Amino acid sequence: MPAMTMVQAINNALREEMRRDDRVVILGEDVGRNGGVFRCTEGLIDEFPDRVFDTPLAEGGIIGTSIGMALYGLRPVPEIQFMDFIYPGFDQIVSEAAKMRYRSGGQFSVPMTIRTPFGGGIRGGHYHSQSTEAFFCHTPGLKVVVPSTPKEAKGLLTSSIRDPDPVLFLEPKKLYRASREDVPEGELTTPLGQAAVRRAGKDVTLIAYGYMAQVCLEAAAKAAEKGVEAEVIDLRTLVPLDEPTILASVKKTGRAVIVYEAPRTGGYGGEISAILAEKAIEYLRGPIVRVTGFDTPFPYTLEDVYLPNADRVLAGIDKVMAF
Amino acid sequence: MVDALRVIRDDGSTDPRLDPKLAKDEAVAMYRWMTLERILDNRMLALQRQGRIGFYGPSLGQEAAIVGAAMAMDPDDWIVPQYREPGAALVRGMPLKELVCQFMGNAEDPAKGHQMPCHYVYRKGNYLSISSPVGTQLPHAVGIGWAMKLLGDKKAVLAFFGDGATSTADFHVAMNFAGVFRAPTVFLCNNNQWAISVPVSKQTASATLAEKANAYGFDGVRVDGMDALAVYRATREAAHRAKDGLGPTLVEAVTYRIGPHSSSDDPSRYRDESEVAAWQARDPLPRFRRYLERSGWWDDRDEARLEQEIGDDISRAVQEAERIPPPGPDTMFADVYAEMPAHLREQMDAFLARPRR
Repeated sequence: MPAMTMVQAINNALREEMRRDDRVVILGEDVGRNGGVFRCTEGLIDEFPDRVFDTPLAEGGIIGTSIGMALYGLRPVPEIQFMDFIYPGFDQIVSEAAKMRYRSGGQFSVPMTIRTPFGGGIRGGHYHSQSTEAFFCHTPGLKVVVPSTPKEAKGLLTSSIRDPDPVLFLEPKKLYRASREDVPEGELTTPLGQAAVRRAGKDVTLIAYGYMAQVCLEAAAKAAEKGVEAEVIDLRTLVPLDEPTILASVKKTGRAVIVYEAPRTGGYGGEISAILAEKAIEYLRGPIVRVTGFDTPFPYTLEDVYLPNADRVLAGIDKVMAF
Repeated sequence: MVDALRVIRDDGSTDPRLDPKLAKDEAVAMYRWMTLERILDNRMLALQRQGRIGFYGPSLGQEAAIVGAAMAMDPDDWIVPQYREPGAALVRGMPLKELVCQFMGNAEDPAKGHQMPCHYVYRKGNYLSISSPVGTQLPHAVGIGWAMKLLGDKKAVLAFFGDGATSTADFHVAMNFAGVFRAPTVFLCNNNQWAISVPVSKQTASATLAEKANAYGFDGVRVDGMDALAVYRATREAAHRAKDGLGPTLVEAVTYRIGPHSSSDDPSRYRDESEVAAWQARDPLPRFRRYLERSGWWDDRDEARLEQEIGDDISRAVQEAERIPPPGPDTMFADVYAEMPAHLREQMDAFLARPRR
């Protein structure tokens, strides 16, 4: 089993799905000859010269034509170079792709997986660092998936491509090359809509996704040194959300810290907080705490202090453990 | 009045160099669809005024540009509509009753009342679902055509849109992608002169809309949109070129929206009646009828019979549709995803079990 970075695992998933299903096509900016600016599509154009397309520089066109391809029966996997660039295609995603099944009474559907790197941690400034998943989680008809390990990046991407509905697949670019993991060659799927318990613990539940799941694991290790056993839940799929796993954990621990790197106000973690308040408040021993980015645009120089780190998560843990 | 391709002259004769030489059956069918669209529009506007349907967007004056284009495509081709082409849906085989059920949003609306009137869809006729924002359908039409090309299917796509849509970003990206990837797409711009209250002169500084194609590397043609044979000829030529691998074409059909933008619109607020009257004199229906009569295919008795038949068909469809109840409350939750996720099922179950007052 070869050890792969997340970039390599994504590349492997794309290659294998293209081999398995000739309806799968890739299009986007610089995805062909250049293999994508992060190299996720590297070499695919050599094996599939008629199914990998460098497009003109227009996200609305990339998403919009992908919708057309999907309507006709292909399985497009468009890449948006950075999530920060996705907005010219926003209308096509939320108002067209996500609504096609509903508005046609099930006559048409858009099986398309939009891949895009998101989040901070690579010193990319405001326009290469944002984490704006909340816009998309607020969109009925769309699924939103976020891997945090190489192996699951492959499994989740494979499942997304095979899914009959449009999927926004958010790749945490901080984790693209952060580590290697053994990733099986060949068939590997990870079901959508299921969270993973990354670490078991009885005292407090940490809920996160993407890079923040890693940060939570670091924080949990530090908390353990102080005798606090934190359970870490990596959501993996934001929509549809795995509520049972979150609720079971919080009912057990009675404490919840939700961690996301997006601006605090209106972030997806607020929704999770609301679910916990509605469905598990009688189990809570203290307030639900959020550890998040700030309500500012994403800063360049102060990136490291903008992003939640293990110490900020620990402070959040201390806050709920005081009860 | 219009510097554009024209086939039917005012007296009903045709330009022999351009006449597509339709057989009698085809020509009569074309007239029938246009007349059906006209009468349907008037009846539906009346129903809307009576509160029997919620909204309507008529295509009065544009029947030639809609039916002429739709009939130029082969059944395997796809049609990507805007929201003002009921005639095209009918040409594609959508049953009249199904269409009326959509206008009413009842239980037999195939889209289950999910969309407001005039947003019909007909999968069996390769007739795409409609959204209200202008121009969004154009990249889809390019993607569909591109997919046809990738799969080696010798088909083409007809995309309808209006003059207002040419101002959108989606129009630009669609035209650009179509040019770059040589998508077999026919862009049929119904230049009806008005985007609600804004005239085409305020949409663009271009002298024509057709010339915009030049910048994208393909042909644009301007046709008299009040002349069904001209629209048919230009669209059919464009579709054949597309299928022969020669790429997209922009067809600008110069026409006029004789009626309001929709049942919610009052055109007297922004345009002069004399302008409407001038265009009404070029009404595509009497003009096509003169062509049929001159060809010896039509007379007053045929006309009376056709109007009677269509009137009866519409009355029957309306009567039947009005007997159908609204969709059940559970249909609100259908078709969001292929499989209903747990959170949606929870919301639906709670909603269906709600206490009734």
